[in-house]
Amino acid sequence: MEVAKLTDVTRVYKIGEVETRALNGVSLTIGNGEFTSLVGPSGSGKTTLLQLIGCLDQPTSGKVVIDGKETTNLNRNQRADLRKGTIGFVFQFFALIPTLTAYENAEMPLLLNGKNAAERKQRVMELLKAVDMTDRAHHRPDQLSGGQQQRVAVARALATNPKLILADEPTANLDTENGEQVMEIMKKLNKETGTTFVFATHDPRVIKYATRVVTLQDGLITNNGKASAK
Amino acid sequence: MMNYFKMAYRNLGRHRRRSILSGLALAMGTALLMFIAAFFQGEMRSSMETTLRLNSGHIQVQDADYDPDKLSVAWEYLIENPEQVAAQIEAIDQVRAATPRLFASGIVSALDESIGVQIMGIVPDSSANDPYRQLVSGEFITADDREGIVIGYPLAESLGLKVGDQLNLLVNTSEGNVDEQKFAVRGIFSTGTTAYDKGIVLLPLAKAQAFSGAGNHASIIFILLKDREQADVVAAAIQGSGYQVKTWTELNELLVLVNDFSNAYLMIINLIILGVTATVIVNTLLMSVFERTREIGILSAIGMKGRQVVTLFLAEASLLASGGITFGSLIGWALSAYFGKVGVYFGDLGISNDMLLQDRIYTYLTLESAVNLIITAFIITVLASLYPARMASRMEPVEALHGN
Ligand SMILES: Nc1ncnc2c1ncn2[C@@H]1O[C@H](COP(=O)(O)OP(=O)(O)OP(=O)(O)O)[C@@H](O)[C@H]1O
Ligand SMILES: [Mg+2]
Repeated sequence: MEVAKLTDVTRVYKIGEVETRALNGVSLTIGNGEFTSLVGPSGSGKTTLLQLIGCLDQPTSGKVVIDGKETTNLNRNQRADLRKGTIGFVFQFFALIPTLTAYENAEMPLLLNGKNAAERKQRVMELLKAVDMTDRAHHRPDQLSGGQQQRVAVARALATNPKLILADEPTANLDTENGEQVMEIMKKLNKETGTTFVFATHDPRVIKYATRVVTLQDGLITNNGKASAK
Repeated sequence: MMNYFKMAYRNLGRHRRRSILSGLALAMGTALLMFIAAFFQGEMRSSMETTLRLNSGHIQVQDADYDPDKLSVAWEYLIENPEQVAAQIEAIDQVRAATPRLFASGIVSALDESIGVQIMGIVPDSSANDPYRQLVSGEFITADDREGIVIGYPLAESLGLKVGDQLNLLVNTSEGNVDEQKFAVRGIFSTGTTAYDKGIVLLPLAKAQAFSGAGNHASIIFILLKDREQADVVAAAIQGSGYQVKTWTELNELLVLVNDFSNAYLMIINLIILGVTATVIVNTLLMSVFERTREIGILSAIGMKGRQVVTLFLAEASLLASGGITFGSLIGWALSAYFGKVGVYFGDLGISNDMLLQDRIYTYLTLESAVNLIITAFIITVLASLYPARMASRMEPVEALHGN
């Protein structure tokens, strides 16, 4: 079964009189358990595409189906609910809440999903262990290195066991070693839990982990990169 | 349940100085308003009490034709046999004191200075005259004194009179003539209200009647009740033919009006000042919202709903409000308590006898007005914060993904 299915999607940004066709009729299916990279030159529409898959944004035209649900007609709250239960995000900058500790950051999606204290504690400990951050659980983001912050972000993205994790250039601000470490963790989680990952990236180090590489150019998919075992 | 307050507290801590400053703005506003409220109430209370105690009493019985502005002692305007009438009224249960008073207009002169005064003939023994028994020096007059007079401290000062000195008193008599006699100053009183004390001299009723030609008459029966709320009941009980019976609300229409309006004034002042302080809070929150655009986007991306974002910011506002208002209330309360003891000296405000004020105003804070203020301040602050909070909740999560 597919986790995400986009049909003939366009996204036009309008700033004043200027229209930018960021996506120009994209159809794409993301299967369960994929570890997929979106690649393409800067401005080709990778981020835009991730935002649409992640229900952070809505297409100008076309259809986006996530986990079997048609999302085009959902209101803000319904989209928030869908994200909360189904999708995890890892961003290029280490998007943690600066006032919360690593532990509390990872806990946030569980709180939003109404999990009780015992469940939360168990799950957060499990997650921090998975990303090897147990000993830094009670540090604030500004007390962590970029790689450590990104690992916490991965833990947070995984917290509610989402079907799909979307990552926009997750390694762009990391050095080689940290970048590899974060990718290793994600790859491992992908294998162990079957969680689907989609990356937007320029980074060859990320691409080499991918089981499928989708290439975008000027808002169009030029290579669908049919899944190939790695 | 999310712990919004924990997050709110930490968020406020990110810009500690800014949070403290805006909390302080609210504190200052609250303290100021509390003090203003205490001052207003003290002033109204003082004014009401002083006016009732010195000038109007709780009830007055007057002749049907009496005109308080004329100070005429022509018999047709006066009550006959006043001591008898007063005695009957004093027998009523709710009445604390009822005493005749005769008012005449006169001129006091000593050396080469003259000052127009109101001559008040009183029954010296009545407890209604207690305010005048506050003597700065000398003794109070007695009922059978024929040469003695009691005058107020400011009058004595301006005429350079001391106890034992002689003064010359002119009076407009009932026949429309002027009579004149020398009196010895027996005592100098001070009621604490300069405006009143400088314009009145006291004679024993019998002497005042004889001097002005008023015969066995008085201008009013001055009545004090045990409880002023009983005025209507008592007034109904003493209605008699040829008299008019007036309660303190009728006698002090201006004062009652001012009193009623003072609450409205206070409310307006509250709204203005709280409006200003709320703006400071709103501004602080707006800055936070703009600074935290990305953070709000992240929270939204991981599934926080608009309503929850609003709650988060309202939690911040209410923490700030609680802190500021609590601190401000403490200061306001302390100021009110201090000036409630010590008073604020204004001196002679020169207000008419319709609205007497003591020279020193003692602030008076009621629990009710303090609680009202605290609740109003809190509600206004939180309501005002809805604007930045809603603004935050409307931000698109897309912002978060845009990177730097
Ligand atoms: N919010 C926006 N408003 C207007 N135009 C936008 C907006 N976001 C993206 N665009 C435009 O849409 C096109 C696609 O942008 P997008 O961010 O998806 O590219 P990208 O492939 O992620 O690029 P990069 O590799 O630089 O991150 C670009 O031309 C961009 O300028
Ligand atoms: Mg991008």
